[in-house]
Amino acid sequence: MSASERDPILEIRHLTMRFGGLLAVDDLSITARRGGVTAVIGPNGAGKTTVFNCVTGFYRPSQGMIRLRHRDGAEFLLERLPDFRIASRGRVARTFQNVRLFAGMTAIENLLVAQHNPLMLASGYSLLGIVGFPGYARAERAAIERAAHWLERTGLLSRADDPAASLAYGAQRRLEIARAMCMEPVLLCLDEPAAGLNPRESEELNELLMRIRADTGTSILLIEHDMSVVMGISDHIVVLDYGRKIADGTPQQVRDDPKVIAAYLGVDEEAVGAIATEVKP
Amino acid sequence: MAIRSRLDLAAALKDSVLAALLALGLFGLVVGIRTETGPVGALELFPRIGLLAAIVGVIFLGRFAFVLLYQGGFLDFAGARLASANLGTRFGGIQRFAGPALLGFAIAVPILFYENRYYLDLGILVLTYVMLGWGLNIVVGLAGLLDLGYVAFYAVGAYAYALLAQHTGLSFWVCLPVAGILAAFWGILLGFPVLRLRGDYLAIVTLAFGEIIRIVLINWQSFTNGPNGITGIPRPSFFGLPFIDGEGGFAERFGFEFSPLHRIVFLYYVILVLALVTNFVTIRLRRLPIGRAWEALREDEIACRSLGINTTNTKLTAFAIGAMFGGFAGAFFATRQGFISPESFVFMESALILAIVVLGGMGSQIGVAVAAFVMIGGFELFREFAQARMLLFGAAMVAIMVWRPRGLVATRVPSVFLAKRKIIPAEVVEGARR
Repeated sequence: MSASERDPILEIRHLTMRFGGLLAVDDLSITARRGGVTAVIGPNGAGKTTVFNCVTGFYRPSQGMIRLRHRDGAEFLLERLPDFRIASRGRVARTFQNVRLFAGMTAIENLLVAQHNPLMLASGYSLLGIVGFPGYARAERAAIERAAHWLERTGLLSRADDPAASLAYGAQRRLEIARAMCMEPVLLCLDEPAAGLNPRESEELNELLMRIRADTGTSILLIEHDMSVVMGISDHIVVLDYGRKIADGTPQQVRDDPKVIAAYLGVDEEAVGAIATEVKP
Repeated sequence: MAIRSRLDLAAALKDSVLAALLALGLFGLVVGIRTETGPVGALELFPRIGLLAAIVGVIFLGRFAFVLLYQGGFLDFAGARLASANLGTRFGGIQRFAGPALLGFAIAVPILFYENRYYLDLGILVLTYVMLGWGLNIVVGLAGLLDLGYVAFYAVGAYAYALLAQHTGLSFWVCLPVAGILAAFWGILLGFPVLRLRGDYLAIVTLAFGEIIRIVLINWQSFTNGPNGITGIPRPSFFGLPFIDGEGGFAERFGFEFSPLHRIVFLYYVILVLALVTNFVTIRLRRLPIGRAWEALREDEIACRSLGINTTNTKLTAFAIGAMFGGFAGAFFATRQGFISPESFVFMESALILAIVVLGGMGSQIGVAVAAFVMIGGFELFREFAQARMLLFGAAMVAIMVWRPRGLVATRVPSVFLAKRKIIPAEVVEGARR
């Protein structure tokens, strides 16, 4: 806990999000450690995706602060940046709960779109590119190489020239992660990456995420329902229920927390005490 | 299939009676009663029961036959569609040769039809629409922004050239880029307020924008000369040599015998070059990051934003570049006609250009060219039928949309490939899915 406080990648402080009269997230504070895997879990409707959308700029929080800190010390207050700047300047990449690929474009094209900003610069905002400036050709080759690298890592190299829509569901999920990684993010936000995957695919996903973390040092923020994924790879878990944080700690701590058990099993407030005494004899 | 081939006379009869009733309702007043001015000036009604009965009878029998044929499995729409889809993939194969072949034909037209001014004029008209179609294809086909007011940029280009050339006396080649830039500027101006809109809402606003431009052109008498239009717009010269008979003219300088056709041929090649520039730029842009961003925007805007793409700028560039080519085409139109008025820039033009893009297959360059050729050429072909022209035209469009619902060329060629360039089938491309 002390290490994460010394150099956190992401600090969420007093985040509140209201939709009209509905309080989706209520005074939430989370600290994500650099190079770690932080998981946000909770029952359906607990506000997990809302937190994600606030972090990635798709929602503007009603209150609170979200601070991202790069390794070089650069700081970004994400609640003040528009979504595409969070991605391009803040280097926060995300995936979506319902996969959002460019369906009619090939796998490799999807990964090139993810490298839009550096390529745009290399093409002199299209002006140099249109006259066939050699510097752009070099940059494009490098981008294709990087795309091929991530296709290989996700086991999709043989499908590089197939449209994203023709891939199987599990492969689409992996392609979305590859696309996010092509942005070379410092923080990778995954919204239920294991949803709809079979146990073997979940296992492969775990391995992929662990390798990504080990090889690139990318910090990961994760929403997940699949406990085998959450418990297998996270080193810090935050549990939400009705927009509030009810537990925060290591997988072991969270697993034993009676409030978490109550939230997941749907026990009311009074019964929590009873469960607590049962769990801790 | 076995179920469908059983004939159900009762159902067919019921269907036909319904169709006949519908026809009675539709034609009852329109055809069934004829009004004429009587001797004292009042209107008199003449019932035309016979004609009405004939129309309703024909519709009843026609529908009956149609339903029976359908039940008998003779009209297999699903099968026809499947067959045409296969044709589409094969067409994708011959696409590679179709492009150069069409280009060769386009270059040869003035030689083949040199004596026939009608065909040359038609060729110029077709190429103008090819260029407009390609320009709109950037906005609608690639970026997926439905624009119903494209004719506004055509008008801006035309008026920009006409007014500039008249007031400053600058040559066509100087005014052309200015007209394009002005149109692009208006493209951005339109783009700003409509950035948040998509689909139907965007279509309505762009439609309104097209009308606004036209109405301003009509009412701003002092600037645009209102509904009377602008006459005496300078004709293009061959890089300074005017197409006139005698001293200092194009013909004398090059030692030809003077012919008014020289100018027509020159105009033909000017629009061919302009259209090819549009095509070249579009093809190049498609392979640059901006082009991929346009297509990504068409597929999924939210995903684009999550990847750090500034969707505002991306949409504005699409609007601006599409508008710029519209402006070029407008400047060419003005110099060719020598006369422009707001009547040339009505909504029908926007609809026609959009129809060319949709019919050709959104995003496909060659499809748009073929569609422009078929639509404008077909329009001319049926000129003799006068009244029936629109009817035939509408029927042809319905037929094409039934058999090729995604346009002539709906497949997509990837902008980049790793091992092998595979044609992407129409079914998965967003622009075509809508």
